[in-house]
Amino acid sequence: MQEIRNYTMNFGPQHPAAHGVLRLVLEMDGETVVRADPHVGLLHRGTEKLAESKPFNQSIGYMDRLDYVSMMCNEHAYVRAIETLLGIEAPERAQYIRTMFDEITRILNHLMWIGSNALDLGAMAVFLYAFREREELMDVYEAVSGARMHATYYRPGGVYRDLPDRMPQYKESPWHKGADLKRINSAREGSMLDFIEDFTRIFPSRVDEYEDLLTNNRIWKQRTVGIGVISPEMAKAWGMTGAMIRGSGVEWDLRKKQPYAKYAEMDFDIPVGVNGDCYDRYLVRVEEMRQSNRIIKQCVDWLRANPGPVMVTNFKVAPPSRAEMKESMEALIHHFKLFTEGYGVPAGETYCAVEAPKGEFGCYLVSDGANKPFRVHLRAPGFAHLSSMDATVKGHMLADVVAMIGTYDLVFGEVDR
Amino acid sequence: MGEQLLNELVLPVVYILCIAVPLILAVAMFVYWERKVIGWMHVRMGPNKVGPWGLLQAFADVVKLLIKEVILPSSANRFLYYLAPLLALVPAFAAWAVVPFDDRMVLANVNAGLLYLLAMTSLGVYGIILAGWASNSRYALLGAMRSAAQVISYELAMGLSLVCVLVLAGSLNLTDIVHAQAGGKGLFDWFWLPLLPVFIVYFISGVAETNRAPFDVAEGESEIVAGFHVEYSGSAFAIFFLAEYANMILVSFLASIFFLGGWLSPLQGWIHADAPNWVNWIWTGSIIWLLIKAFLMSFLFLWFRATFPRYRYDQIMRLGWKVFIPITIVWVLVAGCMKYFGLVLAGTGA
Repeated sequence: MQEIRNYTMNFGPQHPAAHGVLRLVLEMDGETVVRADPHVGLLHRGTEKLAESKPFNQSIGYMDRLDYVSMMCNEHAYVRAIETLLGIEAPERAQYIRTMFDEITRILNHLMWIGSNALDLGAMAVFLYAFREREELMDVYEAVSGARMHATYYRPGGVYRDLPDRMPQYKESPWHKGADLKRINSAREGSMLDFIEDFTRIFPSRVDEYEDLLTNNRIWKQRTVGIGVISPEMAKAWGMTGAMIRGSGVEWDLRKKQPYAKYAEMDFDIPVGVNGDCYDRYLVRVEEMRQSNRIIKQCVDWLRANPGPVMVTNFKVAPPSRAEMKESMEALIHHFKLFTEGYGVPAGETYCAVEAPKGEFGCYLVSDGANKPFRVHLRAPGFAHLSSMDATVKGHMLADVVAMIGTYDLVFGEVDR
Repeated sequence: MGEQLLNELVLPVVYILCIAVPLILAVAMFVYWERKVIGWMHVRMGPNKVGPWGLLQAFADVVKLLIKEVILPSSANRFLYYLAPLLALVPAFAAWAVVPFDDRMVLANVNAGLLYLLAMTSLGVYGIILAGWASNSRYALLGAMRSAAQVISYELAMGLSLVCVLVLAGSLNLTDIVHAQAGGKGLFDWFWLPLLPVFIVYFISGVAETNRAPFDVAEGESEIVAGFHVEYSGSAFAIFFLAEYANMILVSFLASIFFLGGWLSPLQGWIHADAPNWVNWIWTGSIIWLLIKAFLMSFLFLWFRATFPRYRYDQIMRLGWKVFIPITIVWVLVAGCMKYFGLVLAGTGA
């Protein structure tokens, strides 16, 4: 009789559920996973090394490209690290703008996550519903920075520019016309803050729509309840952060525990799970979207009432205004120096982390006093999560691996860096 | 001699074409309709570029698939690899032979029609299993294994629910089964009322049988990529596609025939006999009613696909064995009692 052996299966890197370029080598006993071996590095672009060869400001754009669904949060960690070494602090209005955009980014990321996780488990509709809302937030990104994804909006010392007074409107096209055009433009009549406020008004009902499709759906529950259970001890041991550890019932959120920007002034709650399974992490993330919505609303109210500068006036770090350059020789020299060699950062090292949508995104920065970083290390939450893959999916079935990849919320831009 | 040839060879071929060609066209339009409906449910547009309102999209896809290369994986079993699509397609079309479209519109009015149908629908799984095995790919093999287990267990639930129909109708002939649902109480004469749980089980089993969402684990887009047909391309893939959709339409027709009174009008018995001719033709039962019923049933397939997450393979098994089969077994007894004690009101002709 022939010997029956386990067989090995390549899950990815070309796979609909590989979320980019995950190569997962699975040892299977029939449908059951005996061992999972994630291979990373297929999207390695050497971001950390590239940053060493460029003036500080020029690497901000690389941060967007790490976790390319939570762009501004990555920028935030890097910019904060530079600010800490420089010993400067962004003006209050810039801090509020950063807080607001961090939360907009969190919603962007969680919408992407809920859509792709549901799509992985076969529910197609949620994906397209989520992208409907995502489109509006992308428009906000575009209006404020000129780019829909890779914004490069945060700068050491503040943000690139103040919020626009006018929200761009859709022009008539084969896809947007008639009553539909009027409807989408009606929210874009006023300023960007009006648009965002309008969004915060409707967004909770949109989250209800996703929940209608999933939360009490028997199939959805069968696919997620009790799948990939992570105990609080295990979550801590594997260095998990974000929704992964909160889903296991550990109340750990940098926004509350080590507040940065204006989170100390914000009124919001941290949702935590009970069982640490995929379903709890789903609930945690859905609730986080609602909480982010609350924070955005508070920021909008403050930003409306308090105009002011959004950039420090220290011209060693931030460029002077164009108008000033026409008049003042000193301003012109500052501008020239800034855009040719950048600025020197005092020698030293720091670690600054933000609560990115996926977990703790940190930037460890070493400067030797030059205009380029001596060393940048980026702590990507997804990398720590992915390393626990073998421990969490062992003994589960193949279909659960897909659920697990979905719940990890992996983006290979940050895992591979 | 000439007349015999006409009756025994030419006419059957013409009849077969009369079923097969509209069926293929129906599949094409059904694919378009599916994409359009799912598009609307997903707040997008669906196909709208090829032809008016995108109506020709399906034909463009067929042309695309036909001119593509059929790739044979290097260590595939050549014979079985090419045989598998045919094994999937032939039963899907052959089953239509006994489907009665109207009182007299049926290709083969055989007495064991129900058995023939069960035989044909279960043959289709061989195509899937062989495709998965012959491709020599692990994804395909997993798909084939899943499909085999799933189809066999749902075949049982399906068979048992048809036994209930058989008990009430007292015949294996599909035309007689529809006749048994005729009566004076409109749609309340049909078998869906006394057999409501079985009707639901039958339709869900039909969805599982055709490997459609939420039971599409054999295809399992996000798990095993495309499952059993992952290695197929071009026209070989198109044949699987055709078979799957033909089966979906078949299940919709069968559900209408077994439980929703086939071509009978939902107003049967409520129309006065002295109504004008055309009223009689439409309202007292004709192929139009069957088409409407089948259309509504097939719409459910699309609705499921647009909405539900996918079951896991073992959960499908659990649902089949622990829920559906017990329900149908109990209902076979219930139906037997209903028939024996004359409690059943359906199709008494009263």
